[in-house]
Amino acid sequence: MSAMALPMVAAMLAVPLCAALALAGWRMVRGPGTADRFVAFDMLTAVATGFAALTAIATGRSGFLDIGLGIALINFVATAAFALFLERKGDGR
Amino acid sequence: MRAVAGIGLLTLGVLLVLVAAIGLVRLPDAFQRMHAATKAGTLGTTLIVGGALVLGDVTPVTGALTILFLLLTLPTGAQLLGRAAYVAGEPLVGLVGDDPLDGVLERDAGGDREG
Repeated sequence: MSAMALPMVAAMLAVPLCAALALAGWRMVRGPGTADRFVAFDMLTAVATGFAALTAIATGRSGFLDIGLGIALINFVATAAFALFLERKGDGR
Repeated sequence: MRAVAGIGLLTLGVLLVLVAAIGLVRLPDAFQRMHAATKAGTLGTTLIVGGALVLGDVTPVTGALTILFLLLTLPTGAQLLGRAAYVAGEPLVGLVGDDPLDGVLERDAGGDREG
């Protein structure tokens, strides 16, 4: 497989990742409780990290991997903050 | 050979993320959704970044750091979130037997509390 085909492989792999993004987004919009939305947020950032890695392959720029690292960092801080919020607030509706 | 290995890793990772998203939609309560999103999602994202490391001509430091960070933080965050959801009184669907955390963690009965 030559290096020319890599962008196309990345584009083809982005299709199922888009489906995952849509499903997680549906859960984010729908999700009956606050906890469901936070779980969906977790999943959305995981998908975003995957997209960053795919973009790094498609463009050949390693800088996009840095974006993935940044998203993963923000994800952890945000999840911890959301968990604190949920624990303090009680009331999962 | 290296390209085949990288593309294989990427495909496996994308499929795992897709499975996690399907579980996120189809499972009945927040804890089971968390279970799907965390386990399959962590492994899937890690495999995607690993595939990008194998395939691309990139410096491996950032990718390795991302993988390490994902493996450390996604389960930790999910544990925090699960504990918070339990304390907040999210419903437990399909619980078999007793609730083992009953009396260990203070659990909100669900919505009838001030502040």
